[in-house]
Amino acid sequence: MDNQATYNYRVVRQFAVMTVVWGIVGMLVGVIIAAQLVWPELNLHEFLGYGRLRPLHTNAVIFAFGGCALFATSYYVVQRTCHTPLFAPGLAAFTFWGWQLVIVLAAVTLPLGMTTSKEYAELEWPIDILITFVWVAYAVVFFGTIVKRKVPHIYVANWFYGGFILTVALLHLVNSCEIPVTLTKSYSCYAGVQDAMVQWWYGHNAVGFFLTAGFLGMMYYFVPKQAGRPVYSYRLSVVHFWALIFTYMWAGPHHLHYTALPDWTQSVGMVFSLILLAPSWGGMINGIMTMSGAWHKLRDDPILKFLITSLSFYGMSTFEGPMMSIKTVNALSHYTDWTVGHVHSGALGWVAFISIGSIYYLMPRLFGKEQMHSVRLMTAHFWIATIGVVLYIASMWIAGVMQGLMWRATNPDGTLTYAFVEAVKSTYPFWAIRFVGGLMFLVGMLLMAWNVWKTVAGTKPYDAPVLAPAGQHA
Amino acid sequence: MDLNDMRSIMTVVAFITFICIVLWAWSGRRRAAFEEAANLPFTEDALPGEARRHNEGKAEGKAS
Repeated sequence: MDNQATYNYRVVRQFAVMTVVWGIVGMLVGVIIAAQLVWPELNLHEFLGYGRLRPLHTNAVIFAFGGCALFATSYYVVQRTCHTPLFAPGLAAFTFWGWQLVIVLAAVTLPLGMTTSKEYAELEWPIDILITFVWVAYAVVFFGTIVKRKVPHIYVANWFYGGFILTVALLHLVNSCEIPVTLTKSYSCYAGVQDAMVQWWYGHNAVGFFLTAGFLGMMYYFVPKQAGRPVYSYRLSVVHFWALIFTYMWAGPHHLHYTALPDWTQSVGMVFSLILLAPSWGGMINGIMTMSGAWHKLRDDPILKFLITSLSFYGMSTFEGPMMSIKTVNALSHYTDWTVGHVHSGALGWVAFISIGSIYYLMPRLFGKEQMHSVRLMTAHFWIATIGVVLYIASMWIAGVMQGLMWRATNPDGTLTYAFVEAVKSTYPFWAIRFVGGLMFLVGMLLMAWNVWKTVAGTKPYDAPVLAPAGQHA
Repeated sequence: MDLNDMRSIMTVVAFITFICIVLWAWSGRRRAAFEEAANLPFTEDALPGEARRHNEGKAEGKAS
């Protein structure tokens, strides 16, 4: 009987394809706002001004591109490692259409200027309610599938996906507590410094759980699969999981150094951010060591190139992050482009790379093929994107440190050496380099779209049969 | 005992819990179960022909 049942690949396919589509949309908006900083005359209309497009960019890349990648891979991984089709396929379909509706509503309301003004939580209250419904459905499908698993263990990737789903539910509910005034305007339940603290408790845990835990779930499945060997240390992965759970929740205050937030809270945030280096690097080493004995595969496998390079960027940005959370370093880096560079080292280098690698792994399998249409094109994508990221983060490092030094420079009589606009003027060349880096990353995504199109065009959707867990009774 | 004492106690309890998790994960009796769990991605075949490649991978893993 089991052999006739198939996994629910339909919803995985839908999310996988939309990952590529929203990736291109979100990164295109990013390239546009990068260009607006170099050529301000590109702020053509109030709907298309930098201030409206910037939240559209962040929402599109985090929640549309990253979100679809997380839905696609989590649904794929949980079914296959539990040896059972998705629980409640109707609800799974609802999560797809509901999430797409959230994205479309974001794309309409943000340019119109409807915003709560909370960073990464800009969407207004009716959309927040829709997100809540979709998320509850997601949790029911995911945990329902785990409950009806055919194997005794819950694979570690599912722990990370599960942690991500539960935490994001909690963050969304607490931070979106708001009083509606009209259909399109609400005010936060919190005021003053409490509002700031709740916002960055949310904001940093969105980084820790949406942009890290979920993507670590990808790492723990797709790196071993593509390398053809089990994860280096399973016990380290268990400790990695719990260490992240116990420490991430405290790190938010580092976004509020030298503000009205009490000093001790800032110090606690800094200390826990420093502690985070240990589990982050433990996880990175665990992923990279999975390759030991299989390093030769990296030479001609672009999927592994994406996955392993993403881990290198994960290691780099989780070293940089704790360093920037140190108050004296933050005094230099905060509000400068260094922060922007740091975010993109994580977002492009880690999150996007691991998603792209995972989608390249998934796409042929979801359409019954052995491999993507063109391996050479995947390799080209890898190199163009890598050079793009390096240009992006290197230019932002230089720009950020320069801005920080110019802003703090004083003359012997105590007056400021530079007017703000002088720092802006000095940053232009670096914004131009950043634009080129971002454009290269976008070009890579366009190559991916072409490659995906050539892979799936004319093929029939393929649903793999549910197999009895062969390894279990061996 | 005020609320702040409770908060301190929670922090200590969380820390002890974490230490217990580390000891549990490194205890020898978990080894077999963890090995079984680590091989979960390889108890399934996405496409015909993959099984063979994975078995090779596993054999390498055992040899090293």
